[in-house]
Amino acid sequence: MKKVGKQTISFDAPPIILETASIVGPKESEGPMAKYFDQCLTDEFWGEKTWEKAESKIIKETVNTVISKSGIPSKDIDFCFAGDLLNQCISSSFGLRALNIPFFGVFGACSTFVESMCLGSVFIESGAAKYVLCATSSHFCSAEKQFRFPLELGNQRPPTSQWTVTGSGASILGHVGEGPYITHITPGKIVDMGIKDANNMGAAMAPAALDTIIQHFEDTGRKPSYYDAIISGDLGHIGKDILNEMMQSKGYNIKSLYNDCGVLMFDKNKQDTHSGGSGCACIGTIFSGYFFKELKEKRIRRLLLVATGALMNSTSTQQGESIPGIAHAISIEI
Amino acid sequence: MKPIETKQEYSDYVDKKSPDSPILKNCFNAFWVGGLICTIGQLILEFCKYKGFDSQASSTIVSITLIGISAFLTSLNIFNKIGKFAGAGSLVPITGFANSIVSPAIEYKSEGYVMGVGGKMFTVAGPVLVFGISASVIVGIIASFII
Amino acid sequence: MEFFQNIDWMLVLRCFIVGGFICVIGQILIDKTKLTPAKILVVFVTTGVILGGLGLYKYLIDFAGSGATVPLTGFGANLAKGAIEEVQKSGLLGAFVGGVKSASGGIAAAIFFGYIASLIAKPKIKKQ
Repeated sequence: MKKVGKQTISFDAPPIILETASIVGPKESEGPMAKYFDQCLTDEFWGEKTWEKAESKIIKETVNTVISKSGIPSKDIDFCFAGDLLNQCISSSFGLRALNIPFFGVFGACSTFVESMCLGSVFIESGAAKYVLCATSSHFCSAEKQFRFPLELGNQRPPTSQWTVTGSGASILGHVGEGPYITHITPGKIVDMGIKDANNMGAAMAPAALDTIIQHFEDTGRKPSYYDAIISGDLGHIGKDILNEMMQSKGYNIKSLYNDCGVLMFDKNKQDTHSGGSGCACIGTIFSGYFFKELKEKRIRRLLLVATGALMNSTSTQQGESIPGIAHAISIEI
Repeated sequence: MKPIETKQEYSDYVDKKSPDSPILKNCFNAFWVGGLICTIGQLILEFCKYKGFDSQASSTIVSITLIGISAFLTSLNIFNKIGKFAGAGSLVPITGFANSIVSPAIEYKSEGYVMGVGGKMFTVAGPVLVFGISASVIVGIIASFII
Repeated sequence: MEFFQNIDWMLVLRCFIVGGFICVIGQILIDKTKLTPAKILVVFVTTGVILGGLGLYKYLIDFAGSGATVPLTGFGANLAKGAIEEVQKSGLLGAFVGGVKSASGGIAAAIFFGYIASLIAKPKIKKQ
């Protein structure tokens, strides 16, 4: 393991993504990606009394699924990295409290999934852990309640707003076995271009994604064409468009390789999700459900996965602060 | 496109990239739904007067009835659909005020009846009462000097 | 049927148009200024109190009936009207008593129905 360039870590014995799992909510189950997920729920409450309990159950069951799919006994998993959007990450810590695996709570807003994979892969490569579990979740209803308005309020969502994905994605990393490798990680810097509109998260996070992707290319000496696909977390339609154009203005053409999980998750015309999906679970479920399988089947051999996050809360929005964005990238190859 | 360096440039660029709300369609829907709610109010008012209530009592009955209907539709998860369609058309009439009290009451029930329902009921509508009542007290004080 | 014969349908039409027009102003504020619903409501109620306090809003009520009283500006004008009338009866004390007194029906109804709704209803996702 060594640092290359300004902020990229290159692995000598790359950690392996052994298994992934994903569970999504009802709206996601009606979207174009539905067939790739392990489980599609029909009820946002999933038999629980509160949105928060439902979200905890979703992450708990996703983790149980990934453990049983991998065949690795949970007592052999050394560490768990997990996080979500609710205050003090209660979905993860409440959902995983019965797991009996040493736990690191991670907060990177919607970038949490890749952030945990960055940390987990360093633990694996350093020899500190044999198996690491990474998980994240989000829930439309608990997120609306915490960040916006009660669900029953008769307000209109502006066309720039994004729809928080209900679901959870989890992965297990190890150093022996089969599967795609994490060859490089490029943790991102906090980038704030002064966007204050909490209904336009894609625009707030796109500059962070731009910064991290360009830094990744500079540090590794790679060109966009090295990759079969570059996938960002949840920039949505507007953010995707912005990132494409800004990459172009900096001399990188990624248009043909690039897509965004927020764009992939929903059918914009049929599902009325405005600018697309967002939330920790957006990239978490789509990577776990779709891209992991594509990598396994070798239809994609080199993937740059860039998770973006908006590091704000409802207090900072009310105080009129701008929204700092962050993006973490991992290079996954097979 | 030129590379973007400053926050101002980025902000202008984002404004250009972000689609505007369909304002004409929204205004049309707001107009007829808002007008319809007021018309329902007017018919209730006429009915109360017909039944012999005085005008102050009649307009209070109108408010209470519309608030009741709004609360009922909110608890059936219908009001948020009307609100999505009509925007200000259902927000600006007294129905919107009722919806903004009833919706947090339902949402925060999970935090208990005292601090959840009782405490959070005015998270959206509280400012209306604070500013409305404070302004009316100021008007009253000014009036007491003039009269 | 006697009830319907007594209705002034021109007043109902004016009510529809004025009520609708006040809502259009709100819609323009929502779409053009990114104000949150709570702030829109505050703008309307405060405008109503000011217009009511200046004695202007009653002309709109005479013209459009419920088209002026049902929107929140009417709620505000009612607060102001109550405060002024009570001041005329009992002096400065009326400034504190009058406003809420005249709006008490609406406020109590909203609180009561909100509480009842919380007993029976369950939060549910917006389907779109």
